[in-house]
Amino acid sequence: MGVAETIKKPAPTRPRRVTPEVEIGICLGTGGIAAGGKEVFAAFREGLANSGIYAVVKPREDTCAGSCASITGTGCRGMCAMDVLVDVTTRKGGRESTVTYGTVTPAMVTKIIEEHIIGGEPVHKWIVLSADEPTSHNEFYRYQDRLVLRHCGKIDPEDIDDYLEEGGYLALYKVLTEMTPSQVHEEILASGLRGRGGAGFPTGLKWKFAAEAPSPDGQKYFICNGDEGDPGAFMDRSVLEGDPHCVFEGMAIGGYAIGASEGYIYVRAEYPLAIKRLKIALAQAEERGFIGDDIMGTGFSFHLKIKEGAGAFVCGEETALMQSIEGKRGMPRLRPPFPAQSGLWARPTNINNVETLACVPWIIVNGAQAFAARGYEKSKGTKVFALTGKVKRSGLAEVPMGLTLREVIYKIGGGIKNDKPFKAVQMGGPSGGCLPEALLDTRVDYEELNKTGAIVGSGGMVVLDADNCIVDTAKFFLKFTQAESCGKCVPCRVGTKRMLEILERICEGQGRPGDIALLEELAHNVKSASLCALGGTAPNPVLTSLRYFREEFEEHIFEHKCRAGACAALTTYFIVPEACTGCRACARACPVNAISGEKKQPHVIDPEICIRCGACYDKCRFDAVRRQ
Amino acid sequence: MAIAQEAEERTLTLTINGREVQAAPGQTVLQAARAAGVQIPTLCHDDRLEPYGACRLCLVEVEGARGPVPACATKISDGMVIETHSEKIRKLRKFVLELLLSNHPLDCPVCEAAGDCRLQDYAYEYEVNMSPWGWTPPSFETRDDHPNVARNPNRCILCGRCVRICREVMGIGCWGFTNRGYDTIIDTPYNLPLQEVGCVSCGQCISTCPVGALTHKRSRYAARHWQTEKTRTVCPYCGVGCQIVVHTSRGRLVRITADVGRGVNNGNLCVKGRFGMEFVNSPDRLTSPLVRDEEGNFVPTTWEVALDRIEHNFKRIKAESGGKAFAALASAKCTNEENYLLQKFMRAVMGTNTIDHCARL
Repeated sequence: MGVAETIKKPAPTRPRRVTPEVEIGICLGTGGIAAGGKEVFAAFREGLANSGIYAVVKPREDTCAGSCASITGTGCRGMCAMDVLVDVTTRKGGRESTVTYGTVTPAMVTKIIEEHIIGGEPVHKWIVLSADEPTSHNEFYRYQDRLVLRHCGKIDPEDIDDYLEEGGYLALYKVLTEMTPSQVHEEILASGLRGRGGAGFPTGLKWKFAAEAPSPDGQKYFICNGDEGDPGAFMDRSVLEGDPHCVFEGMAIGGYAIGASEGYIYVRAEYPLAIKRLKIALAQAEERGFIGDDIMGTGFSFHLKIKEGAGAFVCGEETALMQSIEGKRGMPRLRPPFPAQSGLWARPTNINNVETLACVPWIIVNGAQAFAARGYEKSKGTKVFALTGKVKRSGLAEVPMGLTLREVIYKIGGGIKNDKPFKAVQMGGPSGGCLPEALLDTRVDYEELNKTGAIVGSGGMVVLDADNCIVDTAKFFLKFTQAESCGKCVPCRVGTKRMLEILERICEGQGRPGDIALLEELAHNVKSASLCALGGTAPNPVLTSLRYFREEFEEHIFEHKCRAGACAALTTYFIVPEACTGCRACARACPVNAISGEKKQPHVIDPEICIRCGACYDKCRFDAVRRQ
Repeated sequence: MAIAQEAEERTLTLTINGREVQAAPGQTVLQAARAAGVQIPTLCHDDRLEPYGACRLCLVEVEGARGPVPACATKISDGMVIETHSEKIRKLRKFVLELLLSNHPLDCPVCEAAGDCRLQDYAYEYEVNMSPWGWTPPSFETRDDHPNVARNPNRCILCGRCVRICREVMGIGCWGFTNRGYDTIIDTPYNLPLQEVGCVSCGQCISTCPVGALTHKRSRYAARHWQTEKTRTVCPYCGVGCQIVVHTSRGRLVRITADVGRGVNNGNLCVKGRFGMEFVNSPDRLTSPLVRDEEGNFVPTTWEVALDRIEHNFKRIKAESGGKAFAALASAKCTNEENYLLQKFMRAVMGTNTIDHCARL
């Protein structure tokens, strides 16, 4: 087709890509690099060279004339617990097969090269994913519907040709040549796409407002919010690192829809790899004419700037984010006026989250109906969740909206680590809440989750088991929001501090009889009196915990007991002499030498020295160390 | 023109606390309520500044709104139904005040602002409980080395008025927020001395501070707010004619303030108007005219004697050397009328055109 050819036509200096006989894809996302991805990459290059296999990073006509292997650094594919992940695709005798190795170290590389790449027989014991043989990790992907993450882990994010191979910038071309701006926001509206940053506002409607808002000089701005700050959430980082062009394309489409010729990507400075890859990708997109003046000869111009944040969580709030771009202190301002009326530099501005924008090119290419066909009632499409905590398989999971929490945790996550009893799932990060087992059949859907007091939020899903204290968890999230309060309005600045003080004293065994009522009063008032959503939602973790786990708070206050053993001040460890074999494992594990006793004689813990870290408890194989 | 006039005359009908009132379009709920005689408490609001919405004290209920809205920043619309003092709102205000007092030093007995402190007034009005959440006053330490501006960051409620008046009204920006959240403090850039960050010593920050965080350093411990007599007058310094309030106690000038909403200056003053009146209390100040005796020493005398001496000498010089021997230098501290009379006198009576004015220098 003509359109595709126009875009896919390689630049003269770039020879056509060829299909190599062996393709090796190594995860070089932040997780992959942290686990040693770069070393594994180097080991493969060296190993292949030593084995006399001609391997190139970019298999193209000029570099790879005859038979060759390709070796590519890819983005994150979500199963970060198993990093470094290495995909090996072989095409021998016309049969293509792909397997994925997990937790690969440089030492394993030689064996993979010898047995699999040369010998043709995969190293079965290291395989975590394979189409041919069942592995437990296959389940991780089985229930997923990867739409936002469609390119992550597949393409080289630092090569625009990889993106173009996947049909990149076709959506932008279609929009610019076949659609009017109002058709674009109608299409997005029809898809049912809602803001993935947490608020869930219909994206098409947001675009429509910004498109219709008059600008004094015609200038409008389109901003991508990449200030992903919720503890545990990393889906935006994964997209920015693994598929940066997709975000550019979504932004350019949005820019066309609202009439903006300038855009900003606001990325937190804590994501240096994302910033680096965005810069590389932006230079490539500008060079190829997908971003800049007169895009693809259509007359539409859209310029992009990358703006690094300076480390404030509150800058994820849209008005604070705009203040930050303007060079001011990142503090939220009052709304109205909403950004669509008066945003960046007092011009109509649209702000969307990274994940939202990554959906846009897909919707344009596949149609609004295909997107709306996924999901549940008012929540359409898919959502990426950062599944962490006490689950067997943690990582990024993209699922259709409407799956139940139970399905996500047990089917994708594989259930609770060590098969301990489930206690709660913390949904939606510091603005969300802890849900008990009774609510596990709640669907992941904006409305359904809101009813429980938790939220979809940015998609954090932290699973807790019996070893997690609910008061301590509430304290953790409140401590985060309290520290990240900008300090502008009184309820958030002082109110969260007072709440935290109460939680701290409860955890330290100093809780007072009226503390629960005091906490509830504070929480409700902070919620209704705060200026922005940070303060307005900061009490949610406390309120949901009180709603579903009130008895644990009462235990802490009245019985001075922490059933999870997580609150050090309320926990004592002791050794049952009858069960102790005197193996000394606990004594060796103790970091403060609080455990004494002769070998093969029962040991004793000195409560004066013990710091209640629980190391002995975890170490003892005879159930002799107990806590209460 | 006709359209503009029509728009001006158009009024909106609102219901405030069950009473129907008319208000002009473009007003905020705070302005409309004030015009209707309803006082809504504010801490971070100053009519000279853009709405900020940080103190959350002016929250009111508006029918149909998702939650309480700040009156200072919410524009009125036709048919709006507003409750400014409902039970729920009063409770929220009390809550905000209790939070503020929970980390306020409560050193009111020695605070310059006592008696002229919004926090004190509202705490009393809303019958605030002193310590439902405990009391942990801050203990920030900062430099306090400006000759006119006394700083006490521990009393600061972070309303940001000083920051905003310095930027929005003065166009300078000496103050800014430093640190984050509960540890936020108002400070100069890099904690430099105030004089080194462009401060012109106008004291506008003092004028807007609703509590005792920024006060007049020169009048510290001079008199309590309720002990001073307040006299409205015009600043004697220049021809602008700023309205000032002179605070005096036991026959001595204590400090100068200005009222927002009054006069051309609308509460604003410059360094001279706000801090330049100390000479009034000076023991060196002349209280009667002086003339020289035969030996050339100044001796106090009456105005009659002094004016006679001037008349005699003026006439003598004019007779000896003519009118051109005179020159006059007028003062900016005089009114326009006085300056007019001086030049008229010099030209018509003395016969000279050599007249100048200090404001030209």
